[in-house]
Amino acid sequence: MIEARGVVKRFGPRAVLRGIDLRIESGETLVIIGGSGCGKSTFLKCVIGLHSPTEGSVVVDGADVAKLKTEAEVADYRRRFGYLFQEGALFDSLTVAENISFGLRYLTDVPPAKHRRIASDCLALVGLKDVEDFKPAELSGGMKKRVALARAIAAQPSYILYDEPTTGLDPIMSDVINDLILDLQRQLKVTAIVVTHDMKSAYKVGTRIAMFHDGVVQDHGTPDHFKTTKNPYVRQFVDGLSKGPIQMRIKEFEGVEA
Amino acid sequence: MIERLLGGTGRGLLEAAEQAGQFAMLTRSTHGWLARSRVEWRQALIQMGRIGVGSLPVSSMTAFFTGMVLALQTGATSKHFFNTPLFVGTVVSFALIMELGPVMTAIVVAGRAGAAIAAELGTMKVTEQVDALYTLGTDPVRYLVIPRLLAFLAVLPLLTVASDFAGVLGGYFVARVKYGIPSTVFWHDIVDNMMVRHFVHGFLKTFVFAWTVAMVCCFKGLRTRGGAEGVGRATTEAVVASMTLVLVLDYFATALLNALGIT
Repeated sequence: MIEARGVVKRFGPRAVLRGIDLRIESGETLVIIGGSGCGKSTFLKCVIGLHSPTEGSVVVDGADVAKLKTEAEVADYRRRFGYLFQEGALFDSLTVAENISFGLRYLTDVPPAKHRRIASDCLALVGLKDVEDFKPAELSGGMKKRVALARAIAAQPSYILYDEPTTGLDPIMSDVINDLILDLQRQLKVTAIVVTHDMKSAYKVGTRIAMFHDGVVQDHGTPDHFKTTKNPYVRQFVDGLSKGPIQMRIKEFEGVEA
Repeated sequence: MIERLLGGTGRGLLEAAEQAGQFAMLTRSTHGWLARSRVEWRQALIQMGRIGVGSLPVSSMTAFFTGMVLALQTGATSKHFFNTPLFVGTVVSFALIMELGPVMTAIVVAGRAGAAIAAELGTMKVTEQVDALYTLGTDPVRYLVIPRLLAFLAVLPLLTVASDFAGVLGGYFVARVKYGIPSTVFWHDIVDNMMVRHFVHGFLKTFVFAWTVAMVCCFKGLRTRGGAEGVGRATTEAVVASMTLVLVLDYFATALLNALGIT
């Protein structure tokens, strides 16, 4: 179980998260939606320990992330997580198999002789084969996302954090990724947090949805709640309307001087 | 106007203080990992190959022509005053081995390998590969900085020795062809005057330069922000800062070595 208790994150004078309280039960998939810059990815990074909350705490299975001190504690914590980065963040200089087995080397005691077979198994889980020796630059956008997903699950994590898993993909590939997320939930029984702008994806993979706005949780509930709620922030975001309580800071077009 | 000037100065000072603090933290973390002997030797060897093999032709060629110019100038000047080219071997070898070899090699390697390091690490930073290292259980300092630092410390002294040799050869070539100085005279000029401590003087400096270039380029790469433009800016800053520091530190290293009698 992941529990965020009054998480505040400031970068200099700017507060990106202004008091997030959320509880993600084991086995559920929480989808976080919200406009760009509302703190969704920052929250994920607070959960995995890439950022430390300025105030408040993130507690995972009873352990406060900010209070992990020894190298062994940190390694044990990270071993429980898989993280899918927005652009995949595959290591350019390594092959697909080396990328996938990278975490096995540092997070587990799995002997190196087994790494390649595990990489192939993980690739099969995400629907890829015979790409072990390719470099990331040789893959398409969708394949990169799937390899990144294979890397995220290689060390058999209990939690998977997805940062915009369908961004930049065509609608068909987006749906393939959504199906993969659902398959992995079923097969690996993991707890997941999915950050996305994509409402189709949110409704499909989420057991619960939370909407962030201006650094706080504006609303949360089941996908059905989000389809019917009258909350004006949710309605504007879900329906994709430019007019509403969420103000976009767009400088008015003043014309072009001849 | 004054308000804007003071504001700009203040911001600049704050930025400089912030960078100095972050650099100190990176230095502490790097030496902490080194003290615990947690070294990625495979990565270090890969980096040694990239830095050493890639830089050898350009640093040697630069030194060769520098030696040629030194011989040309020394020969011309001594000919002007004494009517014969004198001490060409001595001047070329002292200038190269104690000063120009270490400094020029460090500058050439900073421009070539240092820039590549800053650009590579900067790209990794803006594409979240550095964050990915954390999530996959390793520390970027251990995986990225230490191998590059060790590679610089191992390779720059060797490249400098190669440059010294290439430079002296360049000087010898001009001394023979342009001024007709006999080989024995040229080499005796060097052997009779050059002591081991002169070589040690130049050689020790290379470790200072290697540490400086590696740490500055890694630091600039790891604090890159803002996409492709940020990578370009970080690379430029890394090269300018490391070249400037090499020249500044050369003075202080020389003063220290002189004070210690290694001169």
